[in-house]
Amino acid sequence: MADGGAGGFAEAGADLELVGITKRFPGFTAIEDLNLTIPAGSFFALLGPSGCGKTTTLRLVAGLEDPTAGRILIGGKDVTTTKPYQRPVNTVFQSYALFPHMTVLENVAFGLKRRRIADAIPRAHEALRLVELDHVAQRKPAQLSGGQQQRVALARAVVNRPALLLLDEPLGALDLKLRRQMQLELKDIQQDVGLTFLHVTHDQEEAMTMADTVAVMNKGEIEQMGAPEELYELPKTAFVANFLGQSNLFTGTVSSTSADSIVVSVGDTKIEVPRERAQRHAGAVTIGVRPEKLMLHTSAPKAVSGTNVIGPGRVTDVSFSGVSTQYQVAVKGLGSIVVFAQNMVFGPVVNVGAEVWLAWTVDHGFGLADDPADAPRFEPDTSTRSLAIQKRESLEAELDDEA
Amino acid sequence: MAFGAFTTTAAPPTDAGARKRSKVALILLLPGLAYLALFFLVPLVSLVLTSLQSKVPGGDIGEYQFDLVFANYGTVVGQYGEHILRSFGYALVATVLALLFSYPLAYFLGVTLRRFPLLQALGLTLVIAPFFISFLLRTLAWKQILSDEGMVLGTLKNLSVLPADAHVTGTAGAVIFGLAYNFIPFMTLPIYTSLEKLDLRYVEAGGDLYASPARTFFSVTLPLSAPGVISGTLLTFIPAAGDYVNASNSFLGSPDTAMIGNAIESNFLTQQNYPAAASLSIILMATILVLVAAYVRRSGTEDLV
Repeated sequence: MADGGAGGFAEAGADLELVGITKRFPGFTAIEDLNLTIPAGSFFALLGPSGCGKTTTLRLVAGLEDPTAGRILIGGKDVTTTKPYQRPVNTVFQSYALFPHMTVLENVAFGLKRRRIADAIPRAHEALRLVELDHVAQRKPAQLSGGQQQRVALARAVVNRPALLLLDEPLGALDLKLRRQMQLELKDIQQDVGLTFLHVTHDQEEAMTMADTVAVMNKGEIEQMGAPEELYELPKTAFVANFLGQSNLFTGTVSSTSADSIVVSVGDTKIEVPRERAQRHAGAVTIGVRPEKLMLHTSAPKAVSGTNVIGPGRVTDVSFSGVSTQYQVAVKGLGSIVVFAQNMVFGPVVNVGAEVWLAWTVDHGFGLADDPADAPRFEPDTSTRSLAIQKRESLEAELDDEA
Repeated sequence: MAFGAFTTTAAPPTDAGARKRSKVALILLLPGLAYLALFFLVPLVSLVLTSLQSKVPGGDIGEYQFDLVFANYGTVVGQYGEHILRSFGYALVATVLALLFSYPLAYFLGVTLRRFPLLQALGLTLVIAPFFISFLLRTLAWKQILSDEGMVLGTLKNLSVLPADAHVTGTAGAVIFGLAYNFIPFMTLPIYTSLEKLDLRYVEAGGDLYASPARTFFSVTLPLSAPGVISGTLLTFIPAAGDYVNASNSFLGSPDTAMIGNAIESNFLTQQNYPAAASLSIILMATILVLVAAYVRRSGTEDLV
């Protein structure tokens, strides 16, 4: 036990610093010149679609892959060339990777025993109690359900109190209730011990509810990084605007600017965006607004300063989702616009075919640094039926992934 | 109508259906059972009876009559005790050597070459290739290679690395070498099958949990490939203990290295002492059975065979 890192328990989390990391596999580049600093004690989420390089980043930090270029520092120490077992890092694997020939208890105690921790077994029991699985300590992993296995995998990593805990889609197989519970548990553990968590996920909701800082990753690069609210309220790229929730995006040219706002002409419509919320202030720009910020009006509202009004448009689809209703409004020259309206009254306010106007406060708009064409965006086919089919397909794909 | 019994209709399966099915299964089993009875059970009983026979008083050599002379067993143990011990000793050492050679080979084929299916297939073919030549011929070839004036010893003697009277054939080392060599494919293939399925993510997890590569090997890789190791060692140890080719005078052995198989052969074919040969055979069989049962039990993998 020569090194302080792998021996003993981490007193606190450690900083993670990635400097100019590039990872190439034969035939493709997974990560290109990635620079990232995760402060000690933070809960950091790397969010992105599959194939964006987030899992590769995690494996690089764990030492399971070697970077083609760049350096990895944990707690200020360069660990780029150290072996996985020498790094003060533990991983909750997406596939759990629980040792099938050992009992649940032996699995959880494995890391402790390797480090010759004296009270490995009591500590393992304690970790199992934390995930409410102490009663199955003597079973083999194959005798547990997927969700239970995932919790064992979590216990097996957390019990080591690593300076840096890596989570690879750790809550994927849990049902909603357990998922919430585990999210809270994870946050508790993280706050109690002050560990640094690096969480990789494609689930934007999970990333936003759990992490202090979210980095949205796309094609091997970080598109935008910040607090969840900041990312949601002020996306800087079309990819972020569409990957984190939904956005209505319009592309036009800046027709006039003032001290605190710019006005963009999209077809015949003029839309105002606050200057400090826009990334570009001249030429062709893409601006957007979140669907829940839009107000539906059945008659043309009076033009008030500080409000954008577009319309008239026609409602092409209404889908009721309990707490809110999603309207699809076709506006001439602007395309199809999504509106979320809280269900303050019984049933939808307007029906398909109704003529409506849309209004939103100028302060809610945002201007992007790129064009929607830069982001992979599918043809908006937003009838209720096709949404249902898409949802079903994505669920099926998720189930296939797990199987 | 007869097929009705096999189709799954809406009606719940009845006992009659199950009984009909089992009858068919029984008929299908019959040839196998008859074969076993005729070629295993009958010879076994005959062997047991032979082992208890006594000499016909005043009869010719090789003339024996029905009797129940249990003392035959005591006699052969006294006479061939050394052979019996030698057999299991040689078989054990040969099994260990074959395992030490085969495990890295199987690991290389099953894990390292995993990403190159063509090379993997080629490697496997090479492991099996010796089977294309008769077992006897291969062993004879080794006798030539290792003979006193052969390529290896001749050269070493000319270079004065070895003294002029050095010899390898006829020694225990040569017999053990021959046994290990001949059973390497039987050891390699089952281990390969286990390692080929090994999920390397477990190995990654071991590394992630502070286990050094050596530690990960002994606590993760080896236990997960245990079924292959156990099958391989059984497939080597059992036939090696009864082998009489490698240890015989005409191959790699000498009278000093004779194993139980050689004693059985000599008693059956040369001395025509059938009761002694039969008793030795049964002792060999029973000992292997006990050893293997203890081994499999200890390994805790009753579910592998």
